[in-house]
Amino acid sequence: MTEIQLRNIDKHFGPVHVIREINLTVKDQEFVVLLGPSGCGKTTTLRAIAGLEDIDSGDILIDGKPVQNLHASERDVAFVFQNYALYPHLTVYENMAFPLRAVRQNREEIDKTVQSVATSLGITGLLNRRPSALSGGDMQRVAIGRSLVRRPKAILLDEPIGSLDAKLRESMRVELKRLHIENGSTSIYVTHDQVEAMSLADRIVVMHEGLLQQVGTPDDVYRYPANIFVAQFVGSPIMNMAAADISEGSSGVSVSLGGVSFAFPAALSGKLKEAGAQKGKVMLGVRPEGVLLSHEPKDGYVEVTSGIIEPLGSHDIVDLKVGDIVLRARTKSGFVAGPGLKVWARIDPAQAHFFDTTSGSSLEIRL
Amino acid sequence: MMTTLSPSSRAATRGWSDITIRNLFVIPTVAFLIIFNVFPLLYSLGFSFTDFRASSKAPVNFVGLKNYTDILADPVIWRSFSTTLWYVIVSVTGQFVVGFGLALLLNRPIPGKGFLTTLLLLPMMLSPVVVGLFWKLIYDPSWGILNYALGLGKTAWLTDANLALYAVAITDIWMWSPFVMLLSLAGLSAVPKHLYEAASIDRASKLYTFFRITLPLVAPILLIAVIFRTMEAFKTFDIAFVMTGQPQAELISSRLYKMAFAQWQTGPASALAYIVLIMVLCITNIYVKYLNKAKER
Repeated sequence: MTEIQLRNIDKHFGPVHVIREINLTVKDQEFVVLLGPSGCGKTTTLRAIAGLEDIDSGDILIDGKPVQNLHASERDVAFVFQNYALYPHLTVYENMAFPLRAVRQNREEIDKTVQSVATSLGITGLLNRRPSALSGGDMQRVAIGRSLVRRPKAILLDEPIGSLDAKLRESMRVELKRLHIENGSTSIYVTHDQVEAMSLADRIVVMHEGLLQQVGTPDDVYRYPANIFVAQFVGSPIMNMAAADISEGSSGVSVSLGGVSFAFPAALSGKLKEAGAQKGKVMLGVRPEGVLLSHEPKDGYVEVTSGIIEPLGSHDIVDLKVGDIVLRARTKSGFVAGPGLKVWARIDPAQAHFFDTTSGSSLEIRL
Repeated sequence: MMTTLSPSSRAATRGWSDITIRNLFVIPTVAFLIIFNVFPLLYSLGFSFTDFRASSKAPVNFVGLKNYTDILADPVIWRSFSTTLWYVIVSVTGQFVVGFGLALLLNRPIPGKGFLTTLLLLPMMLSPVVVGLFWKLIYDPSWGILNYALGLGKTAWLTDANLALYAVAITDIWMWSPFVMLLSLAGLSAVPKHLYEAASIDRASKLYTFFRITLPLVAPILLIAVIFRTMEAFKTFDIAFVMTGQPQAELISSRLYKMAFAQWQTGPASALAYIVLIMVLCITNIYVKYLNKAKER
């Protein structure tokens, strides 16, 4: 049972305010991913939990006990470094045994633990090698092994697979997920890669400029982003975002993007009023899969021109010229034959997001 | 030519190839080495098998290994060797302990670190003769500051056969600890910070971290420092000569000096020099073996 609680954590690096009033509870056995662009304070937050970084104010509680004044070695958390931080002069075996030797466990017990962890990671063949003789993926396995041998209260991972190549990253991602399911230890994982975050996390914590932007399940964060930053940071390709001019007509509400009007259900106007949206200060966001295309004119579809097409194998991403803006749509591969063609497009109201232009916050309108 | 050319292209316009340029640098160096190092080395090897005296015009006779066997049978020289060995052990150990200790103290954020480091390096930059002379003053039995400060009466540091070696060693330690400190500092600052972070996450105590992480990682550079200092200590001459003149307990280099230039036994002195050379080579070889082992990691 390990629960980690952050209460009003604040931290400056000189004049830079890196963490601002962060509050977060990580439940027992939960896998939480801190996601954000570089410099958003996610790594600093993680290092603060581990005790590698002091905080200016606030409380860090592990199992209800405040630990912010304890040394890293007294917090009983493991940390996996981005650069692995393996001891270069020790063999893989000694590296993994280090946390146990440091607290003077007996030899047989150490051997048993190291062997069993090595087996579960598939690195028994590497135990006598030195880190310099390992590939990036194997070094990472060893680093993870070193964190697992001691059954810590929590495992903190700082972009552990960030420096691996794409293929290896994918397989390590699966392995990390398997390990978490097997061990069930409370884990906090830092990454800037939203795919990693989506695939691994029980909950994602999106950070930007030292502030928590949104905390939620991957599904929540993807489907109901709390603000423009989250909407555009999570998801690839990024969400289309444009100033929306909303007007009420006889047959419903029309939303004009770049001078082209799209039809929306009449309920929108009421919901906008309810959310307190001001006229002319609404942004509409829609993911490429929310832009629907047709080859021939259909009810509710407007005529647009295709631009650059990115064929991605399983699907295409098509640029559409809509008045003076560009919307990107996701289509079946080969759906649009080439650039410069006439197609008909519609925005799926259920997948449309409305944001307040000034604050950037979501208006939380679900159609 | 209107455009400015880089040096290499200027050389190229003169028709100099890379090989010519390389030779231009290498040939003078090689010539210098041959004239001043290799030739005397071989020439003195020749002397070591003769009864040559640089001070006399008497005919030179080949005596075979006699010089070597004489030296190895001479108890005075053996005493010199053991004195030297003990001196090397005391001096190098002292330099290692003081130098590495200073480096550990300096290897942390302290105000005025740069200035302090420079200050500590000063002894190393002085001339050994100057160092010897003013330590002689410090050790002076009747008015030296050491006896005064420690209240030791009239302890004759430099003329007492038992004390002189330690007195000289202390001077050597004072002078050369900064060298060990400098190399140790370089080694310590090269240990990546994240390894210390990893060790603290792994619940290692300060002491455990020092012995399991710091020491093994700086060992190679420490060994280099020790190799240098051992070789130097073996041939300590200047400080000892200036401080003690002609003592009873001689270092091997003093003995060599006496044989070569006071007694003009050029042949036997050459033989002794070769024996010392071989000993130093043996000792450094042991170190180098350890060094290679340490570097394999």
